[in-house]
Amino acid sequence: MRRETIHAWLMLLPALVVLATFMHVPAVETIIASFWSTARGARPSHFVGLKNYERMIADPVFWQAMRNNLVYALVTVPLSMGLALVMALLVQGRVAGRAFLRMAFFTPTVLPLIAVANIWIFFYTPGFGLIDQIRGLFGLHAQNLLGTGSTALYAVAAVAVWKEAGFFMIFYLAALQTIPTTLIEAARLEGASRWQIFRRITLPMIMPTTLFISVNAVIDAVRLVDHIFQMTQGGPDNATNILFFYIYRVGFQFWDTAYAATLTVVMIVILSLLALGQVVLIDRRVHYK
Amino acid sequence: MSLWDKLATLGGWLLALLWIAPLAYAVWTAFHPAAYETHFDLLAPLTLENFPAAWVQAPFARYFLNTVILVTVILAVQLVLGTFAAFAFARLRFPGKQVLFLLVLLQLMVMPDVLLVENYRTMRILGLTDSIMGIGLPYMASAFFIFLLRQTFLQVPTELDDAARIEGASLLTLIRRVYVPLAKPTYVAFGLISVSAHWNNYVWPLIITNSVSARPLTVGLSIFSASDSGVHWSVINAATLMTSGPLLVGFLLFQRAFVQSFMRAGIK
Repeated sequence: MRRETIHAWLMLLPALVVLATFMHVPAVETIIASFWSTARGARPSHFVGLKNYERMIADPVFWQAMRNNLVYALVTVPLSMGLALVMALLVQGRVAGRAFLRMAFFTPTVLPLIAVANIWIFFYTPGFGLIDQIRGLFGLHAQNLLGTGSTALYAVAAVAVWKEAGFFMIFYLAALQTIPTTLIEAARLEGASRWQIFRRITLPMIMPTTLFISVNAVIDAVRLVDHIFQMTQGGPDNATNILFFYIYRVGFQFWDTAYAATLTVVMIVILSLLALGQVVLIDRRVHYK
Repeated sequence: MSLWDKLATLGGWLLALLWIAPLAYAVWTAFHPAAYETHFDLLAPLTLENFPAAWVQAPFARYFLNTVILVTVILAVQLVLGTFAAFAFARLRFPGKQVLFLLVLLQLMVMPDVLLVENYRTMRILGLTDSIMGIGLPYMASAFFIFLLRQTFLQVPTELDDAARIEGASLLTLIRRVYVPLAKPTYVAFGLISVSAHWNNYVWPLIITNSVSARPLTVGLSIFSASDSGVHWSVINAATLMTSGPLLVGFLLFQRAFVQSFMRAGIK
């Protein structure tokens, strides 16, 4: 074997061992485990074929978690991205006190999601929380936003938007800085309005960034559930139960590891499709330039 | 200033104030007695008592220590393993390079925290449940960092590389003297991202730990604030600020570096 090959392997080995132990091997094991039953007491695990998947398809909580996750993504992704773009345009423009604005928008990003959840629970507290106090000023009665099935999912989604928008703003800021000022000046000389410049120059120029952020935003909508642990525990009556939280519940509260593995396979498939989408999009971005 | 600029300024400030309000209110309650936690009064007396009250009601000192050890060890190992891997992928020729690189990049989509059940089983076999090592081990090789650093290393001029090799530098010397110094901004950027990510991580530490000796701040905070022992909100808010404090202060001090790191990492 050539010396360079040996050196390369020696340098890669530690990282590869870690990656294989905690990613490749467990991913394959998860898929295998989804075809076996959960070992219970004296009954060891045995091969059950597609039984776990049949059970999943018949499981109303699974479908509710998927539906919740879809609603959650449909709320958080466009809202956090739209706000991020507005924030970036504000911070980029000729606004007085830009440093303060940037700090105000970005600070929630630095906080742990668990801490963020704590701050917002207090907001939502029925009767005493800030939201109900403001409602009280207008003569509205107290409302339990986190404890009501119809509002709880939106209440936790709002927390995610608050935490994420400032993060995405950073990427938009970077993208806005790459737009040549000459382009905008030329358009202005031609008498283009602000809206036309935004619509015809800014928006197309930041399109690749928008695609990049959207994939990351969707991944986060699947993956970030810390605040749900703290605020609602998936309740009331599964109203805020989304896929990743359901995996945790099945795996570590019901200790049904085989079924948790089956649900994890669904999650891996979703994440893989998103990653594939990203590769295709980034590929197009290269051709675009 | 045109009318449009004035409107933008007004709207921008309104949005910024709305955005900072939840945090500002948390700060306000943390510095005032519990009696004022549900009614805002500008003239309410200030107090620092909530912080020591929180500090003694839960083993926060230990949680802090655990988190600091955790993020330090993770970052140190990530940097060492990542540097070697990135160098091999950027500058060494060997069979199977493309396939291996793709295998590494897989981690970008199947992050370790997704494989909770199997990783928990692995940790039990290794005897690492309820230990700081057990929390950190799955994250010690970061595909994101390897990818980022490889891109940086690829931009190092080959002339520099050749010159060092002609002078008889070993690969290790080459990496230490030429590549690492030139990639310093990437190290800083990833360092900030890694520290804030693992300081804030919650689900995996929650699962793998079950005692004070291993729990990081996030898990400690969630247990503290979920207990039904009638802890005042002002004390919980003080604890919340305390646990995010170092990151917040670090962010305010190094705001520019922070923002630029995230930008750099995002653009790729």
